[in-house]
Amino acid sequence: MNFDFSDDQKQLREQTRRFLDDRVGTRAARARLEGAASDAGLWREMAALGWAGTAIPEEFGGVGLGYVDLCVVAEELGRCVAPVPFSSSIYLAAEAILRGGDEAQKRKWLPKLASGEAIGTFALSEGTKAATAANLATRFDGGTVTGTKLPVLDTDMADLAVVAARDASGNTLLCLVDLKGAGVTIEPLESIDPSRHHAKVTFARAPAEPLAAAQGWQTVERVVDAAAVLFAFEQIGGAQRCLEMARDYALERHAFGRQIGSYQAIKHKLADVWVAIEIARSNAYFGAWALANDAADLPVAAATARVGASEAFWQASKENIQTHGGMGFTWELDCHLFYRRANLLGLQIGSRRAWKEKLIARLETRNAA
Amino acid sequence: MDFNDTPEEAAFRKEVRAFLDSAAERKTPEKHSFAVPYGADNLVPIAKEFQRRKAEAGMAGITWPVEYGGRGMPQIHQVIYNQEEADYLVPRGVFEIGLGMCIPTMMTFATEAQKERFVGPALRGEEIWCQLFSEPAGGSDVAGLRTRAVRDGDDWVINGQKIWTSGAHLSDWGIIVVRTDPSAPKHKGLSFFFLDMKSPGIEVKRIKQIAGTSNFNEVFFTDVRVPDSQRLGKVGEGWRVAIATLMNERLAVGQTPAPDFPEIFQLCRQLELEDGPAIRNAMVREKLADWYVQQQGLKFARFRTMTALSRGETPGPESSMTKIVSANKRQAIAQFGMHLMEAAGSVSDPALMPLKAMMQEAILSSPGNRIAGGTDEILRNIIAERVLGLPQDLRVDKDIPFQDLVAQGR
Repeated sequence: MNFDFSDDQKQLREQTRRFLDDRVGTRAARARLEGAASDAGLWREMAALGWAGTAIPEEFGGVGLGYVDLCVVAEELGRCVAPVPFSSSIYLAAEAILRGGDEAQKRKWLPKLASGEAIGTFALSEGTKAATAANLATRFDGGTVTGTKLPVLDTDMADLAVVAARDASGNTLLCLVDLKGAGVTIEPLESIDPSRHHAKVTFARAPAEPLAAAQGWQTVERVVDAAAVLFAFEQIGGAQRCLEMARDYALERHAFGRQIGSYQAIKHKLADVWVAIEIARSNAYFGAWALANDAADLPVAAATARVGASEAFWQASKENIQTHGGMGFTWELDCHLFYRRANLLGLQIGSRRAWKEKLIARLETRNAA
Repeated sequence: MDFNDTPEEAAFRKEVRAFLDSAAERKTPEKHSFAVPYGADNLVPIAKEFQRRKAEAGMAGITWPVEYGGRGMPQIHQVIYNQEEADYLVPRGVFEIGLGMCIPTMMTFATEAQKERFVGPALRGEEIWCQLFSEPAGGSDVAGLRTRAVRDGDDWVINGQKIWTSGAHLSDWGIIVVRTDPSAPKHKGLSFFFLDMKSPGIEVKRIKQIAGTSNFNEVFFTDVRVPDSQRLGKVGEGWRVAIATLMNERLAVGQTPAPDFPEIFQLCRQLELEDGPAIRNAMVREKLADWYVQQQGLKFARFRTMTALSRGETPGPESSMTKIVSANKRQAIAQFGMHLMEAAGSVSDPALMPLKAMMQEAILSSPGNRIAGGTDEILRNIIAERVLGLPQDLRVDKDIPFQDLVAQGR
């Protein structure tokens, strides 16, 4: 039994954390909230460190370390609510091309995504309807896509979108669309977490190239499953940081003549947050293993990791504010950065409700098999 | 990351399976609990025979030193044994406390001669042990105990009462913590002994629990004489010995029994609600997902603990999580499962009710899971203090002589 990260992976964690502490902190996310544009220089630095290419095979210009290493990076990005298009470009767009692209498409795009020269995003959601094959209204026809996607993240930086659409016979396709090209209108949206750019993207006969090896909706699901494991680590990183902030404040703050961390109301609350995080972390480890080994259990493992991590980050981020009292509700303290991100990440590739439904459906399928 | 045993661990696992195949029956979906439950009068001879076979096969005292009949193996091997045994129908409840808590304490604090006398018979299931800590005035706050021991020549004379003593009515021997100096603050005036449960002056009264079974006891001590040679640790240092025992408890307390996710999942596929099969109901599915996530989370947390053990590290207070989560999950599943049966949910006839009335049995036994072996509240304190580093609870009685506390009615 070796259910832990390797020494090399632990070293990667240390290096990643050191860079992020020095270069990013929570300052970068805060700057975005206060109106700064996205930091293209930061993205280039991260790409130069090889992070974007962590799990992209060497033959496609990546570092080829694998998914478990990418999970390590994801967790660290979560700890500092990094305002970067990492999930859009790597967990989703690169993953879609890797799983659905043919040799030529992989050769064309993956090296650029790995080096940071190009940035991708993933356009699936079309508003308040659940993202299912049947609900997909965006149409692919004659080499173009037409439809509206909302929200699409990180379009302030992205060059390329992987767009989910259906053709006239109802087949789901994943299409590469140049966001700077003809027929694409991008309208910025206000959001609960402005440290990540949100937009409504309208495609009007925009030139689109379907990923040639994709297997319809099934590929969409597998891409989102892989992303769910990586999101889970990012969520756990954020949750862990919230717990540390709450713990530190509970030790420092006095009320009624004692440290507030000496009251069971606070101790037990934070113990419960810790339990939620450890449940989530243990499930995420299995998700990482399933993803790295392309295990048959990945759909169940990913859903389990995702539900646990969404729950843990939500709990940790809201109880962090609560532990900080009135100060936790101020703009000045960082608590809200994590609370915003917990909500964003918990919705972005599907709500907790939707993932719980997927989990049980998948367990039924597995049992029937 | 991998789930593989080392070659040496794999060889041991094979040995364990061979033993279990020869000594016990494998669990099946229809038959998943041992025919004779804990608390039944005919369990003791069956449990003794199984323990004898375990010892004979080298499956008892796996981590104990070879000179006392153990195998001298690392902790991971015990975990491997427990994992494998969980798939078999075996008698439970009679030896866990003795072998998990009492004898490890003896091995740390008893004399060579005492170890030679007691470890072997316990290992072979010839003698049953109990642990006499809790009192009416000291449950979670066990150091508030009032049972007195007074020195008289070479003996100590014990008077007082213990409570919640599992298996006292079956036991040959017991370990006990008592107050020897009431003028000292409460943690400082305690001493620790082992004693013959058949000693004159000991009276054991069984406590009927919610579910109607009686596994716990009250134990009354009236002028019970214990030789000073049976003291473990120094006079006044009983608390230190008790802490060592409780550390072992944390390793000994395992998973709570079914129902867990597989049982409630099965039940939901069986039952019909007003709008069709329970398993098709969105609210039911959401609940099921929560329990699956918890169950899997505990399973993989255990794998992480095994990894640490496998490297020779000692698991910390993190294992408190397992008990909090699994005990609460069991109670919640039992209640939810019963409610899916509507008005008939109150019927507990195993012949009539789904899963042989497992949910009805669990609704009455599950409150105990949240209390025994550390209450939810104490375990949350342990996590908050030892994992998160938050301050200890304020202890207003800490430096006050115990007799003054009693005088003040505290």
